[in-house]
Amino acid sequence: MTLKTMVRKEKENKISYVEKDSAIIDGIDVSGHWNKMYQPREISNFDVGPLEELRALAGAESIGNCYQCAQCIGVCPVDNVGDYGPRKIYRKLQMGISLFDSADLWQCTTCMNCLRVCPKEVNMIEIMPAAREKAILDGKEVPAELQEMFQNCAEYGNPMGESPRKRARWAKKADVEVKDLSKNPESVDVLWFVGDYYAYHGRGNDAANAMARVLTRLGVNFGTLGAEERCDGDSQRLAGEKGLFEMLAEHNIEKFNSLEFNKMVVSGPHAYNAIKNEYPKMGGSYDVDHYTQFLSSMMDKLKPLMTREFKKKVTFHDPCYLGRHNGEYEAPRTLLNAIPGIEFTEMFRNKEQGYCCGGGGGGMWLDGFMADNINERLSENRVKEAISVGAEVLAVCCPYEVSRFEDAVKSTGNEGKLQVLDIIEIIDQCIE
Amino acid sequence: MGDILVVAEHLNGALDESTFELIGMANDLGNSVVAFIGGSDDMIGQLGAASKVVRVDAGADFNPETYGAALVAVADHVNPQVVLTSGSSMGMELANMLSAQKSWPLAVAATKVSIDGDVKAESALFGGKIIATTNLGSGPCVVAVVAGSAPADAGRKDGRPAVESVDMPATAGKVTFKKLIMPESADVDITTKDVLVAIGRGIGSKDDIEVAEELAEALDAAVAASRPIIDAGWLPKSRQVGKSGLKVKPKLYIALGISGAPEHLEGMKNSSTIIAINSDKNAPIFDVAHYGMVADLFDVVEELTEALD
Amino acid sequence: MKIVVPLKQVPDLVEDLELNDEGTGLDYEYLKMKLNEWDDHALEEALQIKEGGSAEVIAVAVDGEDVDKMLYTALAKGADKAVKITGANPYADNQELARVLANAISGMGADLVLVGVQSAGDRDGWLAPILATHLNMPTVSVVTGLEVNDGTATVHKEYSGGIMAEFDVALPAVIGVQAARQTPRYAPVSKVRQIQQSASIEEMAAGDVGDVVTSTVEEMRHPEKSGGARILSSVDEIVEVLKEKGVV
Ligand SMILES: Cc1cc2nc3c(=O)[nH]c(=O)nc-3n(C[C@H](O)[C@H](O)[C@H](O)COP(=O)(O)OP(=O)(O)OC[C@H]3O[C@@H](n4cnc5c(N)ncnc54)[C@H](O)[C@@H]3O)c2cc1C
Ligand code: SF4
Ligand code: SF4
Repeated sequence: MTLKTMVRKEKENKISYVEKDSAIIDGIDVSGHWNKMYQPREISNFDVGPLEELRALAGAESIGNCYQCAQCIGVCPVDNVGDYGPRKIYRKLQMGISLFDSADLWQCTTCMNCLRVCPKEVNMIEIMPAAREKAILDGKEVPAELQEMFQNCAEYGNPMGESPRKRARWAKKADVEVKDLSKNPESVDVLWFVGDYYAYHGRGNDAANAMARVLTRLGVNFGTLGAEERCDGDSQRLAGEKGLFEMLAEHNIEKFNSLEFNKMVVSGPHAYNAIKNEYPKMGGSYDVDHYTQFLSSMMDKLKPLMTREFKKKVTFHDPCYLGRHNGEYEAPRTLLNAIPGIEFTEMFRNKEQGYCCGGGGGGMWLDGFMADNINERLSENRVKEAISVGAEVLAVCCPYEVSRFEDAVKSTGNEGKLQVLDIIEIIDQCIE
Repeated sequence: MGDILVVAEHLNGALDESTFELIGMANDLGNSVVAFIGGSDDMIGQLGAASKVVRVDAGADFNPETYGAALVAVADHVNPQVVLTSGSSMGMELANMLSAQKSWPLAVAATKVSIDGDVKAESALFGGKIIATTNLGSGPCVVAVVAGSAPADAGRKDGRPAVESVDMPATAGKVTFKKLIMPESADVDITTKDVLVAIGRGIGSKDDIEVAEELAEALDAAVAASRPIIDAGWLPKSRQVGKSGLKVKPKLYIALGISGAPEHLEGMKNSSTIIAINSDKNAPIFDVAHYGMVADLFDVVEELTEALD
Repeated sequence: MKIVVPLKQVPDLVEDLELNDEGTGLDYEYLKMKLNEWDDHALEEALQIKEGGSAEVIAVAVDGEDVDKMLYTALAKGADKAVKITGANPYADNQELARVLANAISGMGADLVLVGVQSAGDRDGWLAPILATHLNMPTVSVVTGLEVNDGTATVHKEYSGGIMAEFDVALPAVIGVQAARQTPRYAPVSKVRQIQQSASIEEMAAGDVGDVVTSTVEEMRHPEKSGGARILSSVDEIVEVLKEKGVV
């Protein structure tokens, strides 16, 4: 019998399909008779190299566990607006398509929703940083926006490329005293890790000012690292620049260790994740709270201060790195429910099922890149959900999110309909 | 007081505007003005504002090696107090080669030149953040002047001044001019443009982009945009300025109906001059702009385009 | 082929530039220095040539603060060798720097010297043409396209309005690079750190610099600052500004 072989080469991906009338694999004749009833059966002959190459990376081993059940696809926020997800990555790997050269490499926001449902514990939170790191070290093309952010962080210690010396400038305009411990070291109760967005972004400055006022009214003895603070590095780590993360973390740890404080309070969930879960691996262990946790532990003091009403219908977006990554869903809700006059309402996708804003895992610096891969920004999708539950205010507690959602409110044509506020801003408004 | 030697720059058979600016500037300094031209004799008829022209047959097209050698020969012939070139691609090359070969002091990026015994030049350095005054001594010396530092009309006069010729000196023949390459009009690189007319959501509709395009044409500028314009598909992504777009630093950035979000400012705040037109007097763009106008952009832009034409 | 790329540190404009007490120069004590962005393009172009065929890329810099880091970064990006010139003025203007570099480079047997076409503080000239004169090499500046074949570099020199001229330049030559064919690459921090452990920087004494064409800075000042935007009220005023800025 003649062997009829058809090879089709896909230009880019070098996939070859081999179609045979009969086939013997590992000595076993798998041709069968049944397949004669149909078109000639197609037996694939794919290159397993790319899958093996990925699986060989420390942290990326679990990609090999995938059994294509597609649970992840239903919950992946990126697939929701595009065509991407762990199952699809694995399928492509099976077909010999490397992740390292694919746009897929940069799409994951490391939101962790897939890991929540995956029966095989395929862990994108570790796979993606490992794969990205290899690509970066191998000199593969990194999306320009992301590369620039790396460069800025390496040179200035913040993703915006602003002068490190101007990091504490916002505090000069604050109407309460913000101790700069790098200039005047003294022992404080709380070391407040301010973070890039609070320090440099206009809307972040508003939240930073609010935080300073609230802490002061609560009588907290707090201080900051001033101009010596650097980016926490977590998004850089997840985007694959592990060396940069280490450099930033080493710097921050050194500064932390030179000061005396009882507790650290951070403005953002990304810094929280870094300092809580990653810094200890580098020798820096601290008692750290996200600010919503810290404030919700002081409700007896905070509640009496909030005498002004905030009569609005408010919904809340769970930050992936506070919620799914660190299991904190209650602290922000405790604060919101304590706001006098508030009408709090949940969105459909909340708590462990919360939708991602798109900013995590480096997504904050991939807006232009993602525009070519998705049909709607994740932040836009989320803003529409907030509108659909009738909210007037979308409350957030991640410094990335104010900029993302305010922009999305405009770009979805909802200007004037939905206000985006950091929870700390709402609390501040309620204190007379 | 020696002569001022001005390099008459030309491209594709036409004199560059800077030539007239430099001649005008040199006349203002009160010295007698000699122009050096390396290319075709045809252009000399436009150099009436110079008192003398020295021509070297250095080939019709600029070549740093031949034109550099020709300028050195002319400088030896004229023995000037100051040599002025434009701050352009050609002018800078000539100014530097002359300075290095003759060991004459040089100032570049100059916007003003004065002679008061010593020759002094004022240069804008570090993206215009620093103004430096250089004393170049009593001469001879070389100054490369930024385009637009003096009015061209003052140095534009038809008429053929006295012409002297200097023989083309021998060169090593290591640089060969091959051809000129004209730009393809299709692709615009907003990062290399001196002037950008940038539009934001305030432009309102796709059809109205035309208004900005007309202004851009009048200014020899390109149209750039904030992200909503690219989101809407009204302009290609290659025109997006900002955090997730391109970083630009043109000499002039005109922002029309752009609010000035931090993500947009990241891409353009280093422009030398920013003019913002916005109907909202509280728009943050006014915090970074050097000049602002609180107005409906449509009222302003059409009138401005007309005024320029 | 041997490609030498001089790397120069310039004040980082992210920080406010402060002036010395005399008002004749920058106060370097408070400056943050960084690699001149055009030099980064020159380095990238050199690395592209190396990767497209074969070449040895040597990065050269005058010793100064943070210069080691800059040179290690160049090595991490793919340069083969880094040379640090000691005993020279790290803040020298280009006329002096060109003398220092000419001394250092003349013995290296370079086929191609790629220099960033300009840098933010250029006051007394551009480095490439001055260096070329001292090295007695042909030169073309403002180059955006570069191809090397059999001892000849074919270059595209940029003029205004997007017009370019093509030249053939016999090597060895000094080229002033305006833009590399690709955005300068990023050196991952771990790679830079790894190189810092494994590679070394060669040192070379500046020696006698010889005669430098000098000019005196009489004054440096900040331009008058207008706090916030100057509000214009008519189209005529806009036209005035455009004229003042030399745009029309
Ligand atoms: C991660 C991320 C990345 C981003 N990247 C970028 C980026 O690269 N580039 C970018 O531009 N944005 C970017 N953005 C979006 C940015 O946050 C803003 O939403 C956007 O820049 C707003 O564009 P705009 O100023 O055109 O629109 P708006 O903010 O809506 O401003 C329109 C302005 O026009 C004015 N106006 C309206 N009508 C008129 C009129 N007739 N005459 C005069 N003025 C008028 C209004 O007063 C208003 O100030 C990004 C956002 C995020 C979250
Ligand atoms: S949920 Fe897990 S096992 Fe199932 S397809 Fe996704 S990655 Fe594979
Ligand atoms: S972590 Fe989130 S974005 Fe990434 S693959 Fe999983 S669900 Fe999708």
